[in-house]
Amino acid sequence: MANDLALYAHLMRRAGFGATREELEAYAAKGYEAVVEELLHPERFPEIDDTLFCRYYSLGSTMVDSVAMWHARWFYRMINTQRPLEEKMALFWHHVFATGWHKSENTPSMVNQIDTFRRNGLSDMRTILLDLSRDPAMLDWLDNNENHKTAPNENYGRELLELFSMGVGNYTEQDIKNAARAFTGWTFAQPIPLYPYGYYPTHFEYCAEDHDDSEKIFLGRTGKFNGEDIIDIIVDQPATPRFISRHLYNFFVADEPQVPAWNQTPPQDPAAIDALSQAYADSNGSIPAMLRVLFNADWFKAARFKHFKSPTELVASTMRLVGSHRFPEPGLHDLAAAATAMGQYLHNPPTVEGWHTGKEWIDGGTLTERVNFAVNAVADVSQPGIQDIIERVKARGHTLAPDVFVDTCLDLLGPLEVSDATRQALNRYAHTGGELCFGSADEDEASVARIRRMLQLIVATQEYQFA
Amino acid sequence: MQINGKDPVLVVVQLTGGNDFMNTIIPYTNGIYYDSRKTVGIPEDEVLPFTDTLAFHPRTAPLKELYDMGKMAIVQGIGYPNSNRSHFRGMDIWHTCEPHRISTEGWLGKTLQEIDPQHENVLTGVSIGRGLPRAMAKAGVPVTSVAELDNYGMMTGIEQEQERLETLGIFKEMYAPVVGSGLVLDYLSQTGLDVLKGADIIKKAPETYQSTVEYPNNPIAKSLKDVARVHFADLGTRIFYTQHGGYDTHANEVPTHPRLVEELSGALRAFMQDLWEHDAAEEVAILVFTEFGRRVRDNGSGTDHGSGGGAFLIGERIQGGLYAEYPSLDPSQQLYGEDLRHTFDYRGVYATLLEQWLEVEAAPIVGGTYEQLQPFNL
Repeated sequence: MANDLALYAHLMRRAGFGATREELEAYAAKGYEAVVEELLHPERFPEIDDTLFCRYYSLGSTMVDSVAMWHARWFYRMINTQRPLEEKMALFWHHVFATGWHKSENTPSMVNQIDTFRRNGLSDMRTILLDLSRDPAMLDWLDNNENHKTAPNENYGRELLELFSMGVGNYTEQDIKNAARAFTGWTFAQPIPLYPYGYYPTHFEYCAEDHDDSEKIFLGRTGKFNGEDIIDIIVDQPATPRFISRHLYNFFVADEPQVPAWNQTPPQDPAAIDALSQAYADSNGSIPAMLRVLFNADWFKAARFKHFKSPTELVASTMRLVGSHRFPEPGLHDLAAAATAMGQYLHNPPTVEGWHTGKEWIDGGTLTERVNFAVNAVADVSQPGIQDIIERVKARGHTLAPDVFVDTCLDLLGPLEVSDATRQALNRYAHTGGELCFGSADEDEASVARIRRMLQLIVATQEYQFA
Repeated sequence: MQINGKDPVLVVVQLTGGNDFMNTIIPYTNGIYYDSRKTVGIPEDEVLPFTDTLAFHPRTAPLKELYDMGKMAIVQGIGYPNSNRSHFRGMDIWHTCEPHRISTEGWLGKTLQEIDPQHENVLTGVSIGRGLPRAMAKAGVPVTSVAELDNYGMMTGIEQEQERLETLGIFKEMYAPVVGSGLVLDYLSQTGLDVLKGADIIKKAPETYQSTVEYPNNPIAKSLKDVARVHFADLGTRIFYTQHGGYDTHANEVPTHPRLVEELSGALRAFMQDLWEHDAAEEVAILVFTEFGRRVRDNGSGTDHGSGGGAFLIGERIQGGLYAEYPSLDPSQQLYGEDLRHTFDYRGVYATLLEQWLEVEAAPIVGGTYEQLQPFNL
């Protein structure tokens, strides 16, 4: 059973933002493949209702411009959603189609983009790229509103090929220029004036008179291509499934080198990339079809703790563990600030390349932030998640030998697999206090304090940095 | 080499996104400039001329002041052959000196290895700001990455001092390196242990700093002030790295770029003032660089990725003036018919700093021998 729970815990760390012990037990009762299907069908579960949240965080009224409020909303969703994979996919596409808020400061459009990823993140590649090419936040971020018939701006055309679909090495500079020409006239309606009304979302607009309708050569084909044609050609290129598969592998399975190295460094598991690409080919680019293969694969199940938690994953999963913010109480936007300090400012990636992931999340500064955040979070023993852990430790017996105390806590925090060195250090700490005893009020108080400190040590480990 | 008994220090300021060099050091008498830049061109009557043909951007008076004092060298037309237009590859190439393959080792990481081969001081290299740049990365070389100097350290949330110290003790055990655990875990454990060491030492910096200099309120000024505080604390730091972002001005260049260069200019001026006030300027040289320049012709709103940018060297021991040649704006001379052609290889500037300032052999770090400048008064 414990082994089994570890597998479900692994699945939920990757396909969601972790799970409580109670949730893991419920998942295990359903069976692995059934749980994967549930994850792939978010529509079977109720959506988060914004109205409760809005009562505490005044979205939609005075605070509509405040990116901090929307950060709060996103973390609230990650912690409380009953559709974990839908939320995880929104984050995945945000990593791939990294759009920054700081350029436009138009919060509503940025939020709409993430809502779009939430809605279409589990559809197919063609839909996703088309929606992306019509997304006002993206159009602004990569200047496609400045991409004119008489003065092409190649920013979107370049990144569409380099970062959003095929990757470097699969097209020429000329293809970029022509892709850009095909997307001339793809723009957005001018939002109502900023002053005095503030930021309002806008919508896609196709401006036929600003579209370059002349003939273009793109990836060896010739025609009077428009943006849709470019996307049709892209999704049929063999490079596209391989590129997207590698993104999925890097995000869900195990850390790969950074994106710019991909055309030079082969994937660590070429067979996995082949399997995912095949699923794409068999399904017209369906993302759920690819993820079904991924989550059910042995190479996925074996890849435990092979992926550095992103700051967002670390923060959201620690909150789920602690049981904090199950209600939209104040403080949710502090979570976003914490993730920012760890190197991930949501809605605001450093560049269009997105965040450098894996080991590059870690440097002296960010590791300090990660450790301090988690150590402080589990210190609050009044939180329901910590209470639950304490009760479960208690339930293992009135007296626990120090080694059992360590094993129990590691089990309840994951189950987390740790190195011998880590276990020895934890055992040494456990032995200084002798057996863990419950019974009298004094014993209980002392034991709760020791559990609290044990949890603090465990979330400070190297192992806790991995998902 | 020591200067007044102190080891030379290099401060690198990275302008992220591709600074528009032509709108920073402006060829204000060149008709092609104005013909090509109908939207973003700076009118001749607004610029701050310093030669018959070149002028500073109107919002960079503090920088011009440094230039007029003879403390600022402008390296015109810095770049490399077949300049890469991707930010990421472009920045990587500047960070690693590897234009033809991906490398994860940075030129300053390799330099730190030479300066402190036994890794005796985790503060030999200090990066200020969130995220460690690849330029400073090299396997096994410790670099202290400080987001905010004022609250730096592990377990600072544990209030009880005894408990905090005990926890740090166990943390140290848990992060002890284990033979055979692989590169990623080696890196993680080393990083954890380095933080413990660095935090212990660096906390001295904010405690001892005093200054009358008022830095402007912007991110690069804040970062340079942190550099100053650590430098004055005399902790043995030889290389500082910091970044100023937002230079990717494809659109809306007219409001954005002037703000950026104004922030940069004020920050550098305040930093120099602080160094002078603390009698700590002579041993510091500053390099300001960006991954590429921008397209000659504007796109009606901003400028696209180009090449042939510019870099600055600033410091008390810098022989101010113009270095290398301003790239020709003549269309027949332009790269790809639309970009400034670089006139000086950036690896030559690195080599200059490495060999003449830090006294480290350049060729293995920059990957060959490149023409150097002679910008120092030594």
